[in-house]
Amino acid sequence: MALDPRLPSGPLETAWQRCRAELPLISPQNKRRLRVLVVGSGLAGASAAATLAEQGYQVRLLTYHDSPRRAHSVAAQGGINAARNYANDGDSVQRLFRDTVKGGDFRAREAGCFRLAEISGAIIDHCVAQGVPFAREYGGTLATRNFGGAQVSRTFYARGQTGQQLLYGAYQALMRQVAAGRVELLSRRDVLDLITVDGVARGVVCRHQLSGALEAHTAQAVLLASGGYSNVYFLSTNAVKSNASAILAAHRRGAFFANPCFTQIHPTCIPSGDPGQSKLTLMSESLRNDGRLWVPLRPGDDRPPAAIPEAERDYFLERLYPAYGNMAPRDVASRRARELCLAGHGVGPGGRSVYLDLAEAIGREGLPAIEARYGNLLEMYERITGEDPRLTPFRIYPAPHYTMGGLWVDYQLMSTVPGLFVLGEANFSEHGANRLGASALMQGLADGYFIAPATVTAWLAGAAHGEIPADHPACQEALQAVADRITALRAIAGRRPVDAFHRDLGALMIASCGISRSGPGLERALGDLAALTAAFRADLALPDPGTPIDAELEKALRLEDFLALAELMLRDALARQESCGAHFREEHQSEQGEARRDDERFAHIAAWEHVPGRAPRRHSEPLAYTVISPSERSYR
Amino acid sequence: MSRRLSLTLRIWRQAGPGEGGGFEVHRLEGVSADLSLLEALDGLNERLIAQGQRPVGFEHDCREGICGSCGFLVNGQAHGPRALTTVCQLYLREFADGATLTLEPFRARAFPPLQDLAVDRSALDRIIEAGGYCSVNTGSAPEANAILVGRERAASAFDTATCIGCGACVASCPNASASLFSAAKLAHLAQLPQGQPERGARVRAMRQRMEAEGFGGCSSHLECEAVCPKGISADWISWMQRETRRVERP
Repeated sequence: MALDPRLPSGPLETAWQRCRAELPLISPQNKRRLRVLVVGSGLAGASAAATLAEQGYQVRLLTYHDSPRRAHSVAAQGGINAARNYANDGDSVQRLFRDTVKGGDFRAREAGCFRLAEISGAIIDHCVAQGVPFAREYGGTLATRNFGGAQVSRTFYARGQTGQQLLYGAYQALMRQVAAGRVELLSRRDVLDLITVDGVARGVVCRHQLSGALEAHTAQAVLLASGGYSNVYFLSTNAVKSNASAILAAHRRGAFFANPCFTQIHPTCIPSGDPGQSKLTLMSESLRNDGRLWVPLRPGDDRPPAAIPEAERDYFLERLYPAYGNMAPRDVASRRARELCLAGHGVGPGGRSVYLDLAEAIGREGLPAIEARYGNLLEMYERITGEDPRLTPFRIYPAPHYTMGGLWVDYQLMSTVPGLFVLGEANFSEHGANRLGASALMQGLADGYFIAPATVTAWLAGAAHGEIPADHPACQEALQAVADRITALRAIAGRRPVDAFHRDLGALMIASCGISRSGPGLERALGDLAALTAAFRADLALPDPGTPIDAELEKALRLEDFLALAELMLRDALARQESCGAHFREEHQSEQGEARRDDERFAHIAAWEHVPGRAPRRHSEPLAYTVISPSERSYR
Repeated sequence: MSRRLSLTLRIWRQAGPGEGGGFEVHRLEGVSADLSLLEALDGLNERLIAQGQRPVGFEHDCREGICGSCGFLVNGQAHGPRALTTVCQLYLREFADGATLTLEPFRARAFPPLQDLAVDRSALDRIIEAGGYCSVNTGSAPEANAILVGRERAASAFDTATCIGCGACVASCPNASASLFSAAKLAHLAQLPQGQPERGARVRAMRQRMEAEGFGGCSSHLECEAVCPKGISADWISWMQRETRRVERP
């Protein structure tokens, strides 16, 4: 099967406008008769559901949360990029486009990246109109700040809670449509299967977390906006319940999974400690604007940080990357921190962290200015670690944070299953092999507010499918498949709880498929994963609680999907014999230890097809660069 | 090496909505003081599951104090003893070795119990649904800098917009009032030029819905402000009363 990304031909600058101008429309009275399902209530899902409802469609939104406002977009701290050039520092759509392509290490589509940069300004306009309280200058105009991977100031922010404020904007727009009767909000639903008829998406099956009932919901289009899969690693910065179940279900029903090994490790997280720890907490990388990363020059130097004189400190990012310094991209910063810790320069318990030091910025601007900028981060760190970063440097270490990989979609955000659209982090999108800071919020909202509403309309206008009845054989088959899965999990009747297996999976994946990967390591991990999966099937403890509310069952279903996804990630990492972006293969590096891309063999998107009962099949979509010629991604 | 401690947990157990409940006592021995209280409950649950028993139900997700999912009473205090902190960010180092912690769900008529420490807070969504937004369709916004907002005003609007909808204010109020929750959203939008066109209608609609959901009125106990993990000031409740009078008698 050849993948058709449906890329527009002609000049990039006008591609999206021309594409939109040619997309078919639907009259308002006909829109009322069409139902769209949206899975997920984060930035992408809530914005798409609200916008489609504003246009007149009947929207049904399913979320596993009790309230749409809890989706994990809420935790994004730093900001959202937009090419507005308000700072008058030379920014433009062209430059944001180039930064995105380069940041992704030339593994994303030019046309998609250009469209993202082009839409970025309209997102800010819309969010401001909703009442999102962005930071302002004294004159009342919008303030911006710098972010990693860019040399211009284009990141809009709301203190350290930008994701929260943008999500509440989308959530409020969604609730307005609920009030108008155009969105039906179905909370506490775990989406576990996709209903297809003749290969076309027609609905989903979900489990109601309170009643335990399995429900089939049908529609003329299905939009998945269910987020990323960093929780494969167990310890990540994602919310504990963030999961890949909806996208894995779609994958099993025919949606190709693109670049599963492209996972981002965020450099500035609070390090792990006790084995009972349930998650890692991110400190916004905006801290790197004012914080300097350093380790002691002498390995094993265990003096307190204040006792180490300037001359005996290694400000390693400033030393290695003078052009970008502490603002070097995430993958680069993470890899360097890990290497230095492995070489014995790490600090804190077990030598598993590096310092991020605000002392110079506090000296330069005063503590009140720094507190105004990062107040909530300082408090968060102090609450978790019991140390005050105003007095002693933060200790940070990289942690899994974001997944660039996801379901393959074409330029119109449609997957290989017709009628199934994938938005936000759930798709493989425009971030290539590495996402720039403050670009996730931009992409989620571009997909939800602007792209999907146009392209879903085109699908609905062109597809003659009516809605299938709830007793259709395809619904019955999908309902039965989920019921059988639950019965099989219950029948195991072993001794180990879900979390014990999940911790093992996390340890396996972070060691073999984390910041650094190698052929032999990945081969070994595939064997270990098969053994772990077999142990899960033989020894899972899942007692029947005697009540339909069953958080352990929810966890077991999620972990079963993570086990399947982990295999896909390992296979993809093994097959991609090059280093690019966040995917660093130890066999492919320069003498200076920088990633070595192989554009001859790997300038493509890998898309994996599920083959029942057999190994997944790898397809590829070649990437052509017509405007920017691929160069070594150098930040030195 | 971090400190270790032993704790006695008295936990409210209730299998499902409408079922009876009562306290159950569990001992935690030698747990790390660097764990959060929710992580200690995770550990307890692994033990219960291995013994074939039903684990303790509680709401949680982001575990970094921003999603608003978590929330229960620790020794009678919503989110526990530490100020400006959700219960997911409450670490065991806050407690003395040998302490007894009583864990109970938020109790309010508008928050029906679900299981153990979890309750249904969807009434808060319905207050937002009544009018907690600016009615603007995607695509119709003016250029962002066409709307000027002074720095102080933007910061104050932001402060009220940080409410995470956890419901601690309701649970700590003797009247189970959602006044702080509603006032925060009303104040966020009323302080901005974007919120002016619907300002009066919004106050009326959200207050009506608040009463219809079974939340009580405010009698100025100010417990809500004391427990709010985001530090939202109860002054905004007084502001909401003035705003209501302004709307009713223009």
